[in-house]
Amino acid sequence: MSERIYIFKGFERFWHWAQAGLILFMLVTGFEVHGSYKLFGFENAVDYHTIAAWTLVGLWCFAIFWHFTTGEWRQYIPTFDKVTDMIKFYAIGIFTQAPHPYHVNPQRKHNPLQRLAYLGILAVAGPVIWVTGWFYLFYDKWNEWGWDAFLSLEWVAFFHTLAAFVFLLFVIAHVYLTTTGHTPLAHIKAMITGWEKVD
Amino acid sequence: MRNPFLGALLALTLVLAPPAGASTDAEAASAARATAKSTADHAAFKVLQQPFKSGPEVTRACLTCHTEAAKQVHKSKHWTWEFLNPETQQRLGKKHVINNFCTAVPSNYEFCTACHVGYGWKDEKFDFTSQENVDCLVCHDTTGTYRKVPGLAGHPPYKDMEFPPKSGRIAKAPDLGKVARAVGKSSRDTCGACHFLGGGGDAVKHGDLDTSLKKPGKYLDVHMAKDGLNFTCGTCHMTSGHDVPGSRYGVTVAKSDAARMHMRGRAEGNPATCESCHGDKPHKARQADRLNSHATKLACQTCHIPEFARAQPTKMKWDWSTAGKMDEKGKPFKLKDSSGHESYDSRKGDFSYESNVIPTYVWFNGEVQYTLRETKLDPSKVVEINRFEGSPDDGKSKVWPIKRFVGKQPYDIGNNQLVVFHTYGQDDSALWSNFNWDKAIEYGMREIGAEYSGKFAFVSTEMSWPITHMVAPKADALACRQCHAAPGRLDNVPGLYIPGRHGNALMDLAGWSLAGLTLLGVLGHGAGRIFASRKAKAREGEGK
Repeated sequence: MSERIYIFKGFERFWHWAQAGLILFMLVTGFEVHGSYKLFGFENAVDYHTIAAWTLVGLWCFAIFWHFTTGEWRQYIPTFDKVTDMIKFYAIGIFTQAPHPYHVNPQRKHNPLQRLAYLGILAVAGPVIWVTGWFYLFYDKWNEWGWDAFLSLEWVAFFHTLAAFVFLLFVIAHVYLTTTGHTPLAHIKAMITGWEKVD
Repeated sequence: MRNPFLGALLALTLVLAPPAGASTDAEAASAARATAKSTADHAAFKVLQQPFKSGPEVTRACLTCHTEAAKQVHKSKHWTWEFLNPETQQRLGKKHVINNFCTAVPSNYEFCTACHVGYGWKDEKFDFTSQENVDCLVCHDTTGTYRKVPGLAGHPPYKDMEFPPKSGRIAKAPDLGKVARAVGKSSRDTCGACHFLGGGGDAVKHGDLDTSLKKPGKYLDVHMAKDGLNFTCGTCHMTSGHDVPGSRYGVTVAKSDAARMHMRGRAEGNPATCESCHGDKPHKARQADRLNSHATKLACQTCHIPEFARAQPTKMKWDWSTAGKMDEKGKPFKLKDSSGHESYDSRKGDFSYESNVIPTYVWFNGEVQYTLRETKLDPSKVVEINRFEGSPDDGKSKVWPIKRFVGKQPYDIGNNQLVVFHTYGQDDSALWSNFNWDKAIEYGMREIGAEYSGKFAFVSTEMSWPITHMVAPKADALACRQCHAAPGRLDNVPGLYIPGRHGNALMDLAGWSLAGLTLLGVLGHGAGRIFASRKAKAREGEGK
C-alpha cells in the first residue's frame, strides 16, 4: 500500500517554480544576447535578461535565508551511499520494473544523485554564472573601479556562457528525470502540491 | 484706478499689443537681432563707396580698418595650403599632398586656386607675403553673387564669361562694390562654396559635406537643421583671428580624458569636437552608463552618423586609367549613370557614386601617415594615399567611421613614386586639352622639379576620409543590434569583444552538441522505458 508524505514546503515550491521560470527565461534571453538566434531583439533581450537576473538575485536572498533558518541546506550534503545503485537503476532497473533503490522522506528528500547534481549546480555552475554575470552587469564600472586591469570581457563572457551551457544540460536532464517517478507525473505533482506518494 | 487717463492708456496698450509668437514678428525680430549684433554698417563706410575693378582693390579698402586681418589670414591653411604635421614631420596641405581625386595642385594652380583665399596664385612664383592678394570677400560675402571660377587663378570674373567653357552657362561678374558694402560673417554658403564642392563637384569628395547642408532637415544634420539648432559651420569651427579650428590634417580623437579635452571657454583644445559641448559622458536616458562606456572606445560619430551621403550620392571611385577615350567623331565625351551622375568623362576616366553609404570602421588615434610624392610605393599592392593610425590597445584610439575612396592614378614605374601631372592649362601639354599622358606627366614633374623616369603606369590607390559631419538625431543613431547581431558593423574591427558577435565558436559547437546529445539521450531513455513497460504489461496480460 502506498502512503502520502509531505515533502516540499510552500516556500520551497514557490522558490522552485519561480526559479525554474527565471532560469528558462534567462537561457532564452541569454543565448539571444550571445548571438545564437533572434527572438526579442538584442536590446530587449539584454534588458529582459538583466531584469530577470536581479529578480533571481532577490529570490535567492529569500531562498538562502530560508535554507539556513530551516536547516534545509543539509539536504545538499553530498553522499556517495547508494550512488551506484541509483546509476544501475537508471541504466537497467528502470526498464525491468525494478523497485526504486531510494526512498524519500522529508529529512532526505533528494536521492544521492540529486544531491550531487544540485550541489554541483548550486556550488559550482551557480557561482560561476553569478560572479561572471555580476562582472557583466557592472562592465560599465570596470574602468572607474580599476577592474580593467585584470578582467577581460571576452573571458567573463566565456565562463558565463560555459556555465549557461551547464545549466542548459541540467535543465534537459532534470526535466526528463522528473518523469521517472512511479508514474510519469508523480514528481511534478509532488513539486506542485508538496505531497509525494511513497510505497 | 485713480487716474482714468492712465487706465485708458493701459487698456489701449493691452489691446494693441501683438499676440506673442506671431511668426512675422518673430522673423522680423530675428532679422533685427542679426543686424543689431554688428556694430558696423559697411554700407556706411566711405572707403567702400567706389566702383572696384578688382579683388585686390577691395582688399586694400578692407585693410584700411582691418589692419591685422591679412596678416592673420597669412598664417592660416586657407592661405598657405600647407601644414607641417608636428608628429610625423610630414609636409602636408593642398600644395604638397597627392590625392586620388584631382591628384595634385602644382602645375594646375590657375585652375585649383579658385578655392584659394587669395588672388593671382597662378604658378610657383606667387607672393605669399602680399596683403592685398588676400581675398576677403570669398568668406565674407553675404550677397551670394561673389563667385570664383577655375582658370582665373583665384580671381572672380571681372566680365561675364561662359563657364564651364562651351557649356552655354554664364558666370556673371560680381558687382564688387555691392559685395564689399554688404560683407558679414562667413556662412554655410561661403564655406560651402569650396568645402561642399571639394573634388570637383557637389558631394564628390567628403560624403559628409555637400550643398544639402545649406538647408538640411533634422534627419540630415541635427545641429544645422534650419528648423532646429540652425548651426553654421562656424558654430563648431569656432574661429578666432582667422584661425579656423578642426582639420582632417590634425584630427582630435578626443579620447576621454577631461584634462586634454577642450571645453567651451577654455583657451586650448579643439572646439570642433563633439566632446567640447557634450562632454565625455553625454548619454542620460536609457542604458546611459552602458552607452557612456561605449563612448570610451567608439567615436561619437560611429553611432551618431549611421551612414554618409544621406542626401545625395558621393563619389566612391575614380579610375584615371580609362581617361582619354574618344567618341566616333574623335571628340571627348561624358556618360551618366542611372541616377544622372557622371560615370565617365574623357578628361577624367571612370567614376562611381553611392548614396547612404555604410562607413568603414577603423581604430584611429588622430595620426595620419601620407604617401607623399617622395614616398616609395609598392605597386603590387593598393597604395594607401593616407593611412589612419591606431590600435585597440594604444590607449588613445577610438573606432571611427571613414569614407574609403578608391581609384587608379599614374605613377612613375622607374622610381616607384606617385607623379604630379598637368591637367589644366592653355598649352599643348595639359591632359584636358590634348589627352596625352606622357606630356601631361612630363610637364607636371618638370614644374615641381622632380625626377621622372619617363615611363608611367597606373596603380590602385585608396584614401581615407574621416566622417564627422551630418550627425543624425539620436533616434536615428545606430541601434545595439547593428553591431551586436549579424551582420555586425564592427565585425571586422580587431581587438573588440562584441557580445552577440564574438562568442567562442568551439565552445558553442561543444555546448550545443552536448545539449543535443543529452536531449537525444533522454528521449531514447524515455522511449526505452515506454517500450519496456508495454512489454511488461503484455506479459502480465499473458500471465492472467
